[in-house]
Amino acid sequence: MQFLGTRSAAAAETAHKINEISGQNVGRCMQCGQCSGACPMFATGSLPVPPRRIMHLLQLGHVERAAVLETAWCCAACHACEVRCPRSLDLPKVMEAIRQLTLRRNVDFVAPGAVPRAVLASAPPIAMVAAFRRLTP
Amino acid sequence: MRIAYYPGCTLKLTAQNLEAAALASLRALGLVVEELPRWNCCGAVASLAEDDLLHQVAPVRDLVRAAERGADRLLTLCAPCYNTLARANRLMAEDEEKRKTINLFMEEEPDYAGQVKVVHLLDFLRDDLGFEALATKVVRPLTGLKVAPYYGCMLLRPKRVAIEEHPTLLHRLLAALGAETVDFPAMTDCCGAYQILGHEAMALDASAAILRSATRRGAQALVTSCPLCDYNLGARQPDLRDRHGDLPELPVYYFTQLLALALGCAPEALRLDLSPPGCRRLLAERGAIAAAT
Amino acid sequence: MSTNATVENLVPIFIMGKRYEVPETFTIMKAMEHTGYKFLRGCGCRGGVCGACSAVYRKAGDYHIRSGLACQTVVEPDMYLAQLPFYPALRQVYDYATTEAAAAAVFALYPELFRCVACNACTKICPMEVQVMDYVAALKRGDILQAAEQSFDCIQCGLCASRCMGELPQYHIAQVARRLAGGKLKPRAQHLADMLAAIQTGRFGDALADLRRADKDRLRTLYEQRELEPEMTGEEWRPQATVGL
Repeated sequence: MQFLGTRSAAAAETAHKINEISGQNVGRCMQCGQCSGACPMFATGSLPVPPRRIMHLLQLGHVERAAVLETAWCCAACHACEVRCPRSLDLPKVMEAIRQLTLRRNVDFVAPGAVPRAVLASAPPIAMVAAFRRLTP
Repeated sequence: MRIAYYPGCTLKLTAQNLEAAALASLRALGLVVEELPRWNCCGAVASLAEDDLLHQVAPVRDLVRAAERGADRLLTLCAPCYNTLARANRLMAEDEEKRKTINLFMEEEPDYAGQVKVVHLLDFLRDDLGFEALATKVVRPLTGLKVAPYYGCMLLRPKRVAIEEHPTLLHRLLAALGAETVDFPAMTDCCGAYQILGHEAMALDASAAILRSATRRGAQALVTSCPLCDYNLGARQPDLRDRHGDLPELPVYYFTQLLALALGCAPEALRLDLSPPGCRRLLAERGAIAAAT
Repeated sequence: MSTNATVENLVPIFIMGKRYEVPETFTIMKAMEHTGYKFLRGCGCRGGVCGACSAVYRKAGDYHIRSGLACQTVVEPDMYLAQLPFYPALRQVYDYATTEAAAAAVFALYPELFRCVACNACTKICPMEVQVMDYVAALKRGDILQAAEQSFDCIQCGLCASRCMGELPQYHIAQVARRLAGGKLKPRAQHLADMLAAIQTGRFGDALADLRRADKDRLRTLYEQRELEPEMTGEEWRPQATVGL
């Protein structure tokens, strides 16, 4: 495993913020990888790192590194990981906390104005509502 | 016992087929539901951040609307609406501190404490009619049709709002309608949902995996209760096959469309004009509907 | 401060945090002008219909932020107030002729519509008591006619947008809905078309020519004798004059 460095005080504080927003204690994760195996988005091959690695980054306080990876932004909160987690961690909430730390700085992940007209005309409203809830501030 | 019906935005636009077929079926079964006269978008997805109560307000407001009408149950057809409303309802029933804050914020509404039960049409049919009784009302059985019951995520997860612990309801419904159900490994996998806007290729690949899983097991059709699944697996199937050329076409129906068909409702109630062309073709080939209706 | 006994009772108010004393019968706008503010913008009809002079205020000891039109709202003792003359909400430009009266057209212009969280701050601030949140809900489900109906009393003051959690320009979105509903969805008035056709074929030609020939005195007489609808009347009232009808 790649050496990720020791945690600074500032990193520890941001990591604590993740626990606060998610209501989960990421320290409880034992890195078994059940979440990664259960994740249908990881199965598509589109995620740069699996959810287990995100949990590891958070445990080490590397919240910023976790936030710039696509993994949390790809999560659709299907809760397949939560069902399998032997520590009963609600991973979709952890992914949401990672997204929130970015979104709360008033950053759009999906800009509503950039969604193609054809998609807006044909996609179900629920797609736009859900995407803007999870991917815009 | 009063049942209020919450349609949701999408059922008034792209998923009018889900609603029309459901309402026709309920009429055929003699079950009466009343649409809420006033309702707002539920928010489509549950708020996941512990400190974000603002996004709980929309679903709670709809629950208040149902309580105002004197309803003790709120019926939903759309899986994400069910999930969002049911989760907000659990929060209001179980988390006293958050309930107080939300009620205080919505000072223009009466206080709410989770007293309305949120149900989905599938558990409603199980509890209020039963699948054996449903089978006796079938006039046009779907005999020989191999259907993949696709549950997806929103009806079953998280566990505290699941309509049942293990996926059986779509199986039992389809069996009551005379269809042959096809088990497939991706039955409860996520199609990528709203990520079709944020990560299109990934959502199409996730949807392709589900279709592949169902077709490998010999399914001739797939049913869903979610307008997002219907969009990703059905409406976007041509785009999906552009990426996965070996995938055969698989008609995707709302479970209510097959229900209405089996109950002998008029074919117009299926609103197949809003479904991909393959959906009409399959039913016409079987002689279940006229080719041109 | 005047001590003239004929001056009306003065009440203390706080304009942008600074204390002034103004006559108790003044509106917010008059009070601000009385204390020296001069409106170049943010002031229009002074009659409560143009929506240019939205004001926000708070009453003593109350946390509620309330709203009203500065030209209509009368000051109260210890009111904290400010005028909000303009709010930079996005107003999209579109070609009306080629815009289809369908939900998709509204979504394409204002996709941020989907960011509504139903917090209801818009409805609570609306000085015209428009059910703003409800018309936004109607538009999200594509019901343009309902949105047009529910936003009918909107005077475009922009206070809804100033309070919006989802940063929606509700009043501009509703205007699109009303325009599409009015011009493309509602039934056309047949009697209007009939009358326009009648005018074009010269039905009132003689009457107009007669007016054109009239001298000043006759015009005055005609004007003074014109028939007015009585102030109190029912639907059965019909004009006596039937010129050209």
